Amino acid sequence: MSTRDTGGGGAAAGNGAADDREAHLEVRNLTMAYGNFIVMHDLNFTVRHGDVFVIMGGSGCGKSTLLRHLIGLIEPARGEIFYDGVNFTKATPEEREATLRRFGVLYQSGALWSSMTLAENIGLPLGEFTDLSASEIREIAALKLALVGLKGFEDYYPSQISGGMQKRAGLARAIALDPAILFFDEPSAGLDPVSSRLLDELILALRDSLGATVVVVSHELPSIFAIANNSVFLDAKSHTMIAGGDPHELLAHSTEPRVREFLTRGEAEENSEKANG
Amino acid sequence: MSATGNVNADAQSERGAIGSGHQVDLVRGEGGNVVVRVSGVWQVRHGMPTATSVEAALTSGARPQRVSVDTTELKGWDSSLVSFVVGLNSICQQRKITFDRGSLPAGLTRLIELAETVPENKDASIQVAQLPFVARVGAALIRQVDAAGKFVEFIGMVALALANFARGRSRYRRSDLLEVIQECGANALGIVSLISYLVGVILAFMGAVQLQQFGAAIYVADLVGIGLVREMGAMMTAIIMAGRTGAAFAAQLGSMKVTQEIDALTTMGISPMEFLVTPRMIALILMMPLLCLYSDFVGILGGATVGVTVLGLSLRAYLHETVHAVTMVALVGGLVKSAVYGVLIALAGCYQGFECGNSSSAVGEATTAAVVSSIVMIVVACGMFAVLFHILGI
Repeated sequence: MSTRDTGGGGAAAGNGAADDREAHLEVRNLTMAYGNFIVMHDLNFTVRHGDVFVIMGGSGCGKSTLLRHLIGLIEPARGEIFYDGVNFTKATPEEREATLRRFGVLYQSGALWSSMTLAENIGLPLGEFTDLSASEIREIAALKLALVGLKGFEDYYPSQISGGMQKRAGLARAIALDPAILFFDEPSAGLDPVSSRLLDELILALRDSLGATVVVVSHELPSIFAIANNSVFLDAKSHTMIAGGDPHELLAHSTEPRVREFLTRGEAEENSEKANG
Repeated sequence: MSATGNVNADAQSERGAIGSGHQVDLVRGEGGNVVVRVSGVWQVRHGMPTATSVEAALTSGARPQRVSVDTTELKGWDSSLVSFVVGLNSICQQRKITFDRGSLPAGLTRLIELAETVPENKDASIQVAQLPFVARVGAALIRQVDAAGKFVEFIGMVALALANFARGRSRYRRSDLLEVIQECGANALGIVSLISYLVGVILAFMGAVQLQQFGAAIYVADLVGIGLVREMGAMMTAIIMAGRTGAAFAAQLGSMKVTQEIDALTTMGISPMEFLVTPRMIALILMMPLLCLYSDFVGILGGATVGVTVLGLSLRAYLHETVHAVTMVALVGGLVKSAVYGVLIALAGCYQGFECGNSSSAVGEATTAAVVSSIVMIVVACGMFAVLFHILGI
């Protein structure tokens, strides 16, 4: 791992005292495109072990697309993605599968397999990738469900529980194999403010207890400030990242107007305009 | 010096009579001042005049300096007036005419300001360019070639998944396989019975009309037996299964794609090909010949019913003639065909499911495409088999 630059738009703030931690995920010169349409170009950032990293930006700027690149669902148009120094973009099928095994992904809608009960959903990866017996798998599935507050819902089908519960069950499945890195696509979308805050707390608790790195796509400011210690800001206008680093630092020091506008919900600009006018 | 021009005469004459008309008049005043007088009731459901209808009247003659709107005789308004005034405003901006909005009602002014705060996103408007005919044909051809390439790629991935299955290294749930087998095997018996029986009856009647003229009614048994075993048994089963199971595969996989369930498998390191396609493919390959055999049997019973009740043949003679006519080679040929049809149905259903777009209407389209493409492939394959069997002398 030679490169350690996080700066894409020159506005990247430092990661404070956390720099001694090893890089877990590195993105170098990533360009994302649909056909000829370039969504984002020249993304460069590093996520260190134990970071809670937020991908921020306005609606439709390509946050979820970036996440889909990171988890290997879309191939980059250009550039490379490294996990623990291993080139994920050019990995052999074996390396790729080994890397995927360390992932836990919570999709926006939960994406639970609708033909299986919650216990079967969580048990599937365990059954595929471990030698546990059926009863042991069920025990672990029950434990994971208990961790997300769904004890006793083992035999429910996804369609029988609410959207918020589906999301938590999706989280239980994501942590089934004790992943090293957890990806969240808009975790608070569709949740009420209280559930959303509880989910944030759950994310932090899991990060601390599992020692996992967390990558979150979000545009919810309260959530971003509550959990993140590192971030990248994608800008739809210039089609690249214009800031990165701790969102609190960005709020305090960033001079990039669009970053400030986003982090203050546009209120700071309006206030200053009012003060000037 | 003032000239009045009614620019919206037809709206007035058509609708004015029932008291719901809207009217626009241009009053040219001193020093290039033009007053656009809007009056009556402006409601979308009574139609709306566009600002472009005023444009010609506004720009003919001396160029106006300043345009204002007079709303004193306005009785009621909704979006139609807002749209008209916004249009008027932009015409004035283009032609560098001062537009005075001072006399507009307060609510209207606010709506216009709201509509103008965010400038038009030039990138957002999609250009629907009308390409020349040749270009459109070319583009359609390129799309077809791309789709064909994708389908070939899909067949390759399915082959790899099946090879993994044969080596016992496939990741799938045995319970899924059994469930699909039940769904496309046992659960299909009812409809296959009905259709096959009726096809047997139809074939028998069809033959009887001709053969009775020669006093050769017993050969109805040959016709029904050979027809069903060689062609119709496999064909009818395949078409039923395409509509029943192929469509179900496309809908299941398509909605799994929409809800990101397929993504969830991929990121978990489980191949959707092995996990979803293999059990469906295996189930159809196993069940289609069995269903075909069953269909042959029920169809012959249908033919026998006609033979016994209408043609006055004895059941014993009918069955004896059938056994005599139907060769083992024809029977096995029909079963092989049905297995191939099974592969085609599973391929079309799973492919369309995976290619499904991200909306609920896309799932419907995928289902339709799965049924249509599998029936087309079945008939084409049937034709190829006919030629092949002819060459082989079967």
